[in-house]
This record gives sequence, structure tokens and C-alpha cells, in this order.
Amino acid sequence: MHESSLEALLEAARSQPIAFDGLEIESAEDGFLFAVPGHARSGLDQEQLVEQVSRHPKYLSNWYVFTRPRAEPRTAFLRWIEGAEALEVPERYTRLRDGMSTRWGELLIGATVHDGQRRYDLRHVEEEATPRDRLDTYEDPLEARALAKQDPSGRYRPLKSAPTLQAGWVFPELAPDELTATVEQFYPASIENWYLEREDALDVSHWRETMERQTGIYGVVETWDRGDGYDHVNWVTEAMCDDSQCLKRRRWEYDEETTLDTDPGDGAFPCREPCSLMVSAARRWTRLEGEQPERYQLTLTPSEKAQLERLIEAVADDELDEIREADLRDGANRYRARYLRAKRLDAEGQLDVEPADPS
Amino acid sequence: MATESKEASHAPSQALVIVAHGSHLNPDSSVPTFTHADSIRGTDAFDEVVTGFWKEEPHFREVLRTVDSDRVYVVPLFMSEGYFTEEVIPRELRLDDWDVDAWDSDGTSASFASVTASDTGQEVLYCGPVGTHDSMSRVIMRRAETVTGDPTVGDGFGLAVVGHGTKRNENSAKAINYHAARIEASDRFDEVRSVFMDEDPEVDDVSTLFGCSDVVVVPLFVADGFHTQEDIPEDMGLTEDHRDGYDVPAMVEDTRIWYTGAVGTEPMLAEVVLERAADAGADVSAALEARRTAASETLSPR
Repeated sequence: MHESSLEALLEAARSQPIAFDGLEIESAEDGFLFAVPGHARSGLDQEQLVEQVSRHPKYLSNWYVFTRPRAEPRTAFLRWIEGAEALEVPERYTRLRDGMSTRWGELLIGATVHDGQRRYDLRHVEEEATPRDRLDTYEDPLEARALAKQDPSGRYRPLKSAPTLQAGWVFPELAPDELTATVEQFYPASIENWYLEREDALDVSHWRETMERQTGIYGVVETWDRGDGYDHVNWVTEAMCDDSQCLKRRRWEYDEETTLDTDPGDGAFPCREPCSLMVSAARRWTRLEGEQPERYQLTLTPSEKAQLERLIEAVADDELDEIREADLRDGANRYRARYLRAKRLDAEGQLDVEPADPS
Repeated sequence: MATESKEASHAPSQALVIVAHGSHLNPDSSVPTFTHADSIRGTDAFDEVVTGFWKEEPHFREVLRTVDSDRVYVVPLFMSEGYFTEEVIPRELRLDDWDVDAWDSDGTSASFASVTASDTGQEVLYCGPVGTHDSMSRVIMRRAETVTGDPTVGDGFGLAVVGHGTKRNENSAKAINYHAARIEASDRFDEVRSVFMDEDPEVDDVSTLFGCSDVVVVPLFVADGFHTQEDIPEDMGLTEDHRDGYDVPAMVEDTRIWYTGAVGTEPMLAEVVLERAADAGADVSAALEARRTAASETLSPR
């Protein structure tokens, strides 16, 4: 048992009654009342109270860890990790002794308790079974910033919630506040927004209001909404919000009345409004979609048509690295693409097309 | 389960939030912001030091909710006053009662304003950007000292302060001219000039604009990126192709050019952030003292 936690509990009990996860302590005229589920004593002097608390160290440590000064969303998050709202203290401590794990985006949070102290092992979800000594070890939450910056191939990640987190690292022994600080480096504001959603207080900003708010070079995006439906926003969310692209769960819609047709995703934490990457992308699409469609006449074999479709699919699903060098069956194979270019594109790289005859 | 008898919820007394532009494309854009935040975090002047961005995460819209404190000093790591500091940042931070008049600025004299964030209810001390603080003149001069390795650099040297110019940001030129004038008034350098990327006098002409044989060129930019690492070195003739790199110093015609790269990467900029917060009432005197002592120890004459 830890002196500091016991002292903190006694001090707290002297100033107000304690009722926390089944632990109850009250100061009455005939002495203290102490109770945990299935066990109660009253009329205790301080020495007897200390003895009772000492016999129930799990309740003491549970009270202590969750009453440290900490922002409410972070406490709620730490409690959620170990199912504190559903599991009684003894059951929870038994499970924690063996280790409990939770996913958060691509993070795997492993929680344990030893001698009343919670410690967290934070790593990539794909490395649940990897021994610690095969991973690079980190301690400082701010070191997560560098890990979150680039994907496994070294490319810059402009979107922290993209499912492209690199692996190969572990924060093996984080204290509770270090855990929340580290999680926030990987997924900024995710704990706060998750908490607001739980409290039914998430400040969702839908597509229309978000775009109407934009000014400067982004002011133009508002004009993409021309009162002719919301298909374009369906396409944007299919392009950018799918779980294959972003692990947040979309909570915003076209507007308050109009829900989008795309899957909002299954992420643990919510997306409150179109992100800055989407606003930038929407600016580009606003310009591109201002063009009028034209009809083209273009000659392709059926296989070439299928190949164009396959090329779009392979780029959209980021499959290019997986296509084997000599797999000529795949239309997105590099040799196949080079052959098509040699045959169908001119020296400027343009398709040989003619405007279709007006019919 | 019951959690009724929590201890009184804790609210640290003061937090610092550094807000910056960031980038979807350039991973180095946010580096100075993080570096200065880390250095201020190390002084313990604030209970929390947090960064927020326009193009990265946490976004301006969500940064304040990650801060526990009720009293938050927000310092923009921007080099001029204008569209971002006056319109975008206050709007996105939801400082609904913000009015630019509260800064009472002529374009280079922003102070601070006390406003409330409507989503979190926090008191925000919204400070002017680092770029127009008087101390920025010292940072520019420090840049000249570090690039030449001479803490007394000035005699026989010219100093050029580089900005975008008005085509891209109306107030950019104001900040450049302001610091150039202040440094000129200090009589430290033989010549001091403002030069621009897209208006006269142009950065392309640095080697002919100055009479001095040595010219230190300091771009008033937050981070190194396309402008400071590609456009400006090529425009000045330091290199034909930025991919080949350039020498410091480098001879262009008969002038020796000492090009410093973005002023925002100068460690001393952290002091300007602290001074912005101090001007708004933050108690950071011990931190400033500690930082200056550390800085003077690392910059002793060679």
C-alpha cells in the first residue's frame, strides 16, 4: 500500500464523504463508516479506518488513480480502457493483473496494474504479439510526434487519422497521464471529441456550414453547392472518409437535414467536421467540377477499357506496390501501362480522341 | 458506477498555445513551432504548452479543447499581421467577441486582447504575432551573428530582410520595413534594406543593391520550405538549382552573401513567444531570464 494514496484518501474523507466505485467512507459523530460491496464497518477511529482501508488496497488504488488532478475527458478515457463503468473493482483488478487491451485508431493500449500502479503498453495494433525487445522503445510522449509524422515508406502523413501509422515501436511503461499525452500526439483531440460525443455534447459542423465559413482562397468552395443535390459530397466522403483512408468516424452530414449516403466508418473516435485536408481538396474539386462535360470518341479494345478501369482502381486503392513486376495479367502492371501508353498515347502523353459527333 | 466524490477538478493556472500555419505537403513547416514549444515547455513557465495549426492537427478549431487551463495565452507564430492573425485564427478558435480594434495596431503594433472562446468558455489572451514584436529585430540580428559566427557582426556588413511582398500578403511588407528601419536606426550595420520576392526592391538584386562586400540575408519566414530553400537561393543566384544546395557564405558577383534561411528556426524566437505572452500578463520572467542566460552561454565569441 502507498502512503501517499492513503494520506490523500484520509484527507479527502475528513473533508467530505467518499463514494467511489463501491468504496464508501463517511465521517459520523461516532467515528468513520467504511464500506465496500459485501463488507461494512462503522464507528471506526482513524487507526481502525486505516486498517480497513489497508485490507482493501484495490479500492484505495482505484480511488487514487482516478481522482488525481486531470481533465475530465482524460479520466473518462482511462476508466473506459479498463471498463470501469461496468466492472466492479475486484474483477477489474483481476483482469488488469493479466492485462487488458483496447484499440484506439491503429493504437493498441495494454493496461496492467502492479502493486496498485497502473502502467500502459502502447504500440501499433499489428504488433500485439511482438516481444518488446524486438521493438524500438520510447518513454517521452512527445517522441510520438516523430513516429506519427511519416508512413512506413517515409512519406509525410498530412492526416494523423489516416491508417498509415508506422510500426516497430513501443511505449512500454506509460503512467496514466503519460498515456493520454502520448495518445494525443498520435490522434490530436481524439480523447476530447470522444468524450464530448459520450456526453452528447459534440459540436458537429456539417459540410455546408463548414464550407460557408471558409474565406480567402477557400471561399470558392461554397459555390460548389449549387442547390442541385449532394452527390458531390457523397463522392468526396467516399474518396476521403472511408475507413481505408481515415479512421475517424464521420459524424457530420451534408447539412442538419440531409444525411449523406456513404458509410460513416467504424472508428473509435468521431470526426466533427470536414478537415483542413478536405477543405483544400474541395477547393481543387470546385475548380475541376466547374468544367462542362464533353463527349469524346475514343477507340479501345475491350481489354484496354478494362485496363483503364483497373488503373483507376489500383491507384484509388493504393495497390501499386503490391502488383508483382511480372504479373502481366494485372492491367495496372507497369509493363502493361507502358505498353498502353506506347500504343494509345501520343508524344505529349495524350489520348487520341476526337469530339464525338453531335447526335 | 458512482464517481460522485471526486476531488475538486484541477485547473492549471496558465497555458500557452502556439498557433501556426503548418502544411499538408511540407513536413518541415511545423518543425520550428514544435521546437519553440518544446523549449518553452522546458522552462516550466506554463502548466501546459500546446501547438495548434491551420493545416495540421490539432486544428485551430480543436486545439483549445485539448488545454485544461481556464486561462490561455495564444501566440501566433506568424510573421505579419493580417488575414490569418486578424480573421482566420480568431474565427477558428471561436473567439466570437474578438474585434481587431482591440489590438489597436497600425499593422506592426498589435498587443493583445482578452476574449472568450465560445466553445470551451476559456479566457483567451490573444496576442499579436511574433513577427511584429519589437524583439523580432533582435532575432534578425541574432541570425546575422549565428550565420557569421561573429557576435559583434555589423561593421562592413549589409543586412537584407526578405519578405513575400504585397502581392501575397498586404501586411508582409510592413513587418519587413518595420524591422529593417529599427535595425538601421541601431547603426550596427553599414546598410540595411528590405527586399521582396515579388515587388521592388527584389531579392534577385541583392548583390547589386548593396555597396558592402558582405551582406547577410535574413528571410522573415516561420519555416524553411519552398520559398526559403528553393525560390530565394535561386533568385539571389546562390545556386542554379536548389537541389544542388548552396554555400554559406557564397559569392554572387562581387558580393559575399551570408544566407541564413528562415528566421523562424532561430532558437531565440522562443523568447519572442514568451515576451508576447508576458505583454498579455503571463508571469514568465524567470523563464525569460533562464533562456537568455542559456543563450548567452552558447553564443560566446569564437
